[in-house]
Amino acid sequence: MTATAKKSFSIWDLANPTRFLSFADKLMPWLLGLSVITFAIGLYMTFFVAPDDYQQGATVKIMFIHVPSAWLAMGAYTMMAMSSIGTLVWKHPLADVSAKSAAPLGAVFTFLSLVTGSLWGKPMWGTWWVWDARLTSMLVLLIIYLGLISLWRTIDDPIKAGKASAILTLVGFVIIPIIKFSVDWWSTLHQPAGVITLDGSKVHSTILIPLLVMALAFTFMFIMMHMKIMKNEILRRRIRTMHMQAARRAASSQTGNKQ
Amino acid sequence: MSAMAALFKREIQLSVRVGGGALMGVLFFLIVVTVFPFAVGPDLNLLARLGPAILWIGALLATLLGLDRLYQADQEDGSLDLLLLTDHPLEMVVLIKCTAQWVATGLPLVLAAPLLSLFLNLEPIGIAAVTATLLVGTPALTLIGSVGAALTVILRRGGLLLSILILPLTIPILIFGVSASIGAVTDPAPFTTPFYILCAISLLMLIIGPIASAAALRTAQE
Repeated sequence: MTATAKKSFSIWDLANPTRFLSFADKLMPWLLGLSVITFAIGLYMTFFVAPDDYQQGATVKIMFIHVPSAWLAMGAYTMMAMSSIGTLVWKHPLADVSAKSAAPLGAVFTFLSLVTGSLWGKPMWGTWWVWDARLTSMLVLLIIYLGLISLWRTIDDPIKAGKASAILTLVGFVIIPIIKFSVDWWSTLHQPAGVITLDGSKVHSTILIPLLVMALAFTFMFIMMHMKIMKNEILRRRIRTMHMQAARRAASSQTGNKQ
Repeated sequence: MSAMAALFKREIQLSVRVGGGALMGVLFFLIVVTVFPFAVGPDLNLLARLGPAILWIGALLATLLGLDRLYQADQEDGSLDLLLLTDHPLEMVVLIKCTAQWVATGLPLVLAAPLLSLFLNLEPIGIAAVTATLLVGTPALTLIGSVGAALTVILRRGGLLLSILILPLTIPILIFGVSASIGAVTDPAPFTTPFYILCAISLLMLIIGPIASAAALRTAQE
């Protein structure tokens, strides 16, 4: 990055929460507009352009929700891991806000991909759940998300909670690929061959383009909601500080009266 | 280095003398193994098939449940602050504490495994395989559990949260431990491949565990 580019915009400009809030407010209508437009296009293409599968019928359209959700479920964790490096290495004041805000979103997208996968699996495999490698890894990812959220909720002090969660997020970031690999290994050991046939070897462009548009729409929605949750978190912390100041003022005035 | 030796001796003495120490973990292990046949039935063939899995689940739970006091006791009586102030790196202190914890609680589980395997109708080669995988795998459980113990050190009731945070991360250890044990007995499945991967995971945890635990302890004591 050149010096001029750095002068015009740097991530440190947003270290000031007030500046971040005004930046988020400016960005919000654009993000909202973009996600509404891409969703409109994506949903239209899903229902009217993308053909039904010759075997799976209309159920194949679950894919346009399922696949973007799964992508974002993993993307949110990557986002959290990057924010965690920001918390621990650069001590960026908004990094832990960003990581904390991404966690519930990641959990929701993981949950969505599991539910849609289950709904898709019922007509295709005849059962709501199979211990397939992908489903199992997503379930483990969901548990890791929920564990992180509960760690955030149990530690009162937001700074300490942020740092502790950042450490766990990074440990998870190293171990999650190993979990993925081990679950794949485990699944090939146990899976009787032929139960699941993934016949999506060649994705035709009439499927691929709506899928990519939907992925784009989901990404815009993710960024928008992430900004919104970050904004709420900053406001919540301000209220917390105001509460503490008010309590301190009340306490000091009381002791002042007594003396 | 004598300070580290003194720390190791202190940790061993504390864990052996306070609260039943090693015996408690082994007793818990025994109870888990005893409870399983009541749930799945006394069929010896079925138990032989499930045996490695039962032993691994028992060892996993016994290791994790013993970990919540690893740093908390030191935090409560203030010795953790002294450990933070020493000129030895905190990662080293963590590693020594984990080693002592493993010798006091993990090693007895490994030693008890052959005896408990007899209850589960395992063949001699299966017994050897389970014991070998536990010997290699339990240090990894202690080291990754240490991260959880360090993260929850300031919480008054961190035990349950520790298990929630750490159990998903132990899945690879469980998978490869059980696969190797089963691979030793059944023919087409390999023993060496999952066993080597288990060794690799343990070595990786040897790096991740102390670094992450030390970072978490520093954060907690700030």
